[in-house]
Amino acid sequence: MPLAVELAAVRFGYDPRRPVLEDVSLAIPEGQFVAVAGPNGGGKTTLSRLTVGLDQPQAGSVRLFGGPVDTASRRGLVGYLPQRAQLGIEAPATVREVVSAGRVTRRRLLGPLTAADRDAVVAAIARVGLIEQADRPVTSLSGGQQQRAFIAKAIVAQPRLLILDEPTTGVDADAQDALAALLARLHGELHVTVLYVSHEFGAVEHVAERLLLVRGGIAFDGSPAELPERWHDPSHAHA
Amino acid sequence: MLDHEFMRLAFGAGAVVGVLAPAVGFFLVQRRMSLIGDGIGHVAFAGVALGYLLGIAPVATALVASVAGAIAVEWLRANRRTAGDQALALLFYTGIAAGVVIISSAGALNANLFSLLFGSILTVTRGGLLLVAVMGGAGLALIAVLYRALVAVALDEEGARVSGLPVGTLNVVVAGLAGVTIALSMRIVGILLIAALMVLPVTAAGRVAHSVAWTFALAMAIGLGSVFVGLTISYYADLAPGGAIVLVAAGAYVAAAAGARLAARA
Repeated sequence: MPLAVELAAVRFGYDPRRPVLEDVSLAIPEGQFVAVAGPNGGGKTTLSRLTVGLDQPQAGSVRLFGGPVDTASRRGLVGYLPQRAQLGIEAPATVREVVSAGRVTRRRLLGPLTAADRDAVVAAIARVGLIEQADRPVTSLSGGQQQRAFIAKAIVAQPRLLILDEPTTGVDADAQDALAALLARLHGELHVTVLYVSHEFGAVEHVAERLLLVRGGIAFDGSPAELPERWHDPSHAHA
Repeated sequence: MLDHEFMRLAFGAGAVVGVLAPAVGFFLVQRRMSLIGDGIGHVAFAGVALGYLLGIAPVATALVASVAGAIAVEWLRANRRTAGDQALALLFYTGIAAGVVIISSAGALNANLFSLLFGSILTVTRGGLLLVAVMGGAGLALIAVLYRALVAVALDEEGARVSGLPVGTLNVVVAGLAGVTIALSMRIVGILLIAALMVLPVTAAGRVAHSVAWTFALAMAIGLGSVFVGLTISYYADLAPGGAIVLVAAGAYVAAAAGARLAARA
């Protein structure tokens, strides 16, 4: 199976003398659903930022689909839901406008949306179950619905790798279960590689194929069945 | 009023400025950089002063200074060389101090300078209108072509980077457009007030619109209306047009805020 994500001996620290991640190597085959969890400050968000190219490793390398990260980005292969996703905009953006923004790629940078773009936007909104809210401002929706809108934005360009960083922050338990079910369905329908990063595995533990526990490095890497009982809550993931 | 050629020229240039300023300001406001226009205005003042000192058309030197200043602020912000507000403060005070020193050494502390600071309906020439129309039209065309990409960056800058968009280039384009807008607008609105025309129509529109597209369109309509009403008041009341235009735009914000509050109660 070709690899979607490859990290080789990666080292990174915001203060280079105190690395957040040290000697991290990881290989994720295309199509796999991977959930990443770990204690606060353990480096899981850093791992996702390194993977999408928002931070650069101080040692080692990161490759996506066999090539450099920026090449995969330029080819529109990566969909990303950042931590605490929120609108960086004062104007009241509708769900349709937010999702449409995901159709802007380097190859489709100029000019208005095409009919194919508009169809893809509607399809993405329908996939996350927000058709009735399509023309409502995102800020008028519940936390769970807002996350669905941002997931629609992340998938609308039909990426092959979907990275979600703490998508359940501020979302109630029911909405977390619904989000896990949605991601399982999207994974099955779109055949996309999913890298789901959260402070705990939660409901996603039951839909992910592989779990990673990150605490300065990879503390656990295996199937949900192999996860030791004491690490189901990763805040207890001591050395 | 329109029997006078100077008023026709002022309305012609004002129409372009009234649409262009909110169109550019929209992207500054969305990125919470509303005050950058003021900072660039101060640099434009230094450019005007340099024009007087060197005997070059002040609009040309202001244009160069504004665009350079805008791109410098964007570079400082993007490279995190300094905090955004500190970069602006640096621009504000260096620009105004350089302007005052240069203009006093050029011996040009006179009424012409005052008209550039606060606008004057008498200063728009046919050549000036042509410059505003061509450059303003080019700026609006550029925004139209890049609109989706600029909105995508404003919505989610990191997401846009991950999608492979040339975020740095797009941010420099917005900064450059802000510089051009300020240089083109100084005859009508004045260097010290143009930033208000970039911000107030956008914030007014944001109070009543229900989408990004409507906010953008309504902001341009409010900007255009503010310029036309402000110029008319300026003509009949013999006032500096910059102040009149900005007060009309401020009135539009008050009306929009009141309208939004009433609509929320209904």
